[in-house]
Amino acid sequence: MAKANQSGLGRSEAASGLLLISPTAIYAVLLLAAPLATVVMFSLLTGGRGQITWDFSLQNYIDVWTGPVYRAIMLRSLIVAFGVTLVTVVIAYPIAYFVSFHVEPSKKSIWLFLITIPFWTSYLIRVFLWKVILGYNGVVNSGLLSIGVIDEPLQWINYNVGALIVTLAHAYAPFAILPIFVSLEKIDRSLLEAGQDLGESRLRTFWRVTLPLSMAGVIAAVLIVFIPTIGDYVTPDLIGGGKLPMIANMMEVQMLKVNNKPLGSAIAVSAMFIVAIIAVGFVLLNRRFIGGQK
Amino acid sequence: MNAAKPTMIEFRDVHKYYGDYHALRGITASIRAGEFFSLLGPSGCGKTTLLRTIAGFEGISSGVVLLDGKDMANVPANKRPTNMVFQSYAIFPHLSVEENVGFGLRRDPRSAREKAVAVAEALEMVGLKGYGKRAAHALSGGQRQRVALARALILKPKVLLLDEPLSALDKKMREQMQMELIRLQRQVGITFVLVTHDQEEALVMSDRIAVMFEGEITQLADPETLYRRPNSRKVADFIGTMNFVPAQITSEGGDVVEVDAQGFGKVTLKTEQCMGKTTPTGASVGFRPETLTILFDGQTAADRETMATVTEVVYYGDMTYYDVKLDGTDQPVRISMRNVFGRPVLDIGTRARVAWSPGALVLFR
Repeated sequence: MAKANQSGLGRSEAASGLLLISPTAIYAVLLLAAPLATVVMFSLLTGGRGQITWDFSLQNYIDVWTGPVYRAIMLRSLIVAFGVTLVTVVIAYPIAYFVSFHVEPSKKSIWLFLITIPFWTSYLIRVFLWKVILGYNGVVNSGLLSIGVIDEPLQWINYNVGALIVTLAHAYAPFAILPIFVSLEKIDRSLLEAGQDLGESRLRTFWRVTLPLSMAGVIAAVLIVFIPTIGDYVTPDLIGGGKLPMIANMMEVQMLKVNNKPLGSAIAVSAMFIVAIIAVGFVLLNRRFIGGQK
Repeated sequence: MNAAKPTMIEFRDVHKYYGDYHALRGITASIRAGEFFSLLGPSGCGKTTLLRTIAGFEGISSGVVLLDGKDMANVPANKRPTNMVFQSYAIFPHLSVEENVGFGLRRDPRSAREKAVAVAEALEMVGLKGYGKRAAHALSGGQRQRVALARALILKPKVLLLDEPLSALDKKMREQMQMELIRLQRQVGITFVLVTHDQEEALVMSDRIAVMFEGEITQLADPETLYRRPNSRKVADFIGTMNFVPAQITSEGGDVVEVDAQGFGKVTLKTEQCMGKTTPTGASVGFRPETLTILFDGQTAADRETMATVTEVVYYGDMTYYDVKLDGTDQPVRISMRNVFGRPVLDIGTRARVAWSPGALVLFR
């Protein structure tokens, strides 16, 4: 009887558990899994001239992976995303380090607050500001012209991959600073003293103790910056003036302008696949730094 | 017994300020080579700060710290011949046990193989043979402690600094580690400087102890002297239990002091039993609980005897603590008695004969 009672209790526990997670589960299925499945399904259909026919084939993928235009644009997206990630993390680390190690504890929260200031304005406005700064008749060019450093406006500071990287790096800096800051905060300061006590200089201690212990934050920062930037759509459109499309712009063209949803879907799935491979590879590469720390 | 040993660490009038706060107030002391030295005091007394000035983690505002005869003023922590066992052990969580122990060997000119042997030996010395490949974060508190010890001792420092290394361990483990530290210290012969707030730990482990209060060393002596002849009521109170009864100095001359102590009557004390130089109002006589003995039927006092009434009994198994009022006093004093088979534990209210000896009394004035 006791046994029956027990299993009865177990069933009701499982049932109430399912009941408890069901809102989240329904949300996840409806809003994440279902759209994804739809996109994957679309990518396997045949489209063109606004028509979708139910002919399953891999032709879209063959087009995407062999077409030189798609390859070039995917490559540009990767270069921009890697560049932005590198610039952002390299700039964010010293800032996070400074706030964590050299700012008085009572003032840390105000520093973090200040770091989030860029979020106060819309991203569109920030992108336009960079256009104003870097443009042909922008702040940099007219400034340099007026003090006589240059004779004609610099071309290489606008409408190129560099300008894209600058704009995106600025936008994503807080996303990189915060996880690195958190991981630095978690480091027991006596570990740094131990490093010096055992004969290492401050710099060496940084390399052997601080950096490895903050790698979890660096990895988080890299993923947080890399994944959204590779699919960024607004920045190349505005800063690149339509001349520097990235993969998301290509999707937009196929989905909306050419109205070839299956091909657009195939681009989306391919991009997702590449991002997933890179992200997983990066995480595996840094496996020893993740987890296992208390 | 250590008199012949040379000085390893010397403090000359060391002061340390944190802003307005005067953390170290003129520390002058020397620690001998090869001794087990403890800095004992309540939290905030400056003992950890003093230890950190030896390690080089804390600069000093004025004064001199000499290590093996060399002024440490401009020597950074990583260049000092000291190693530290941190209170939190500071085991690197991203490294394995052997990587932790071998951390300080990077610049060692020996080959990788010789270093691996040295690491294995160090682990064996602290009783962690075969633990080298374990992840550091998977260790228990006691094991971390041992790794921290091996990591420091493998570098053969002149001085090993221990910052409350046992405070995070449970009682059994702590007692075991105390014995182990004593054994290790004898084995390697390195000067150990221990910071602790636990008086018992200091008494058990140290050759000499510096008792600190409010940034000053109040008394520096071997454990026995510290226990039997504390130089102030503060030290007496901090180390073990001490009873105090009011006393009046009736005459002073030569090498003896005559006092009239409540409950004891007129007693002649040698000057070595008299602490403090000035005579403010209210001198007192102190004595340890075990220096008084309750006499049972048929026992006679070796020296002096007085009558008392038992007011409280606390039974501890091997010991019994009695609070008794000596005739002629109004505050009870504590007596600790070792329990002997067949002897009864007295009840509250019992009249008892108490044996005492003038030699066990200390006068504080």
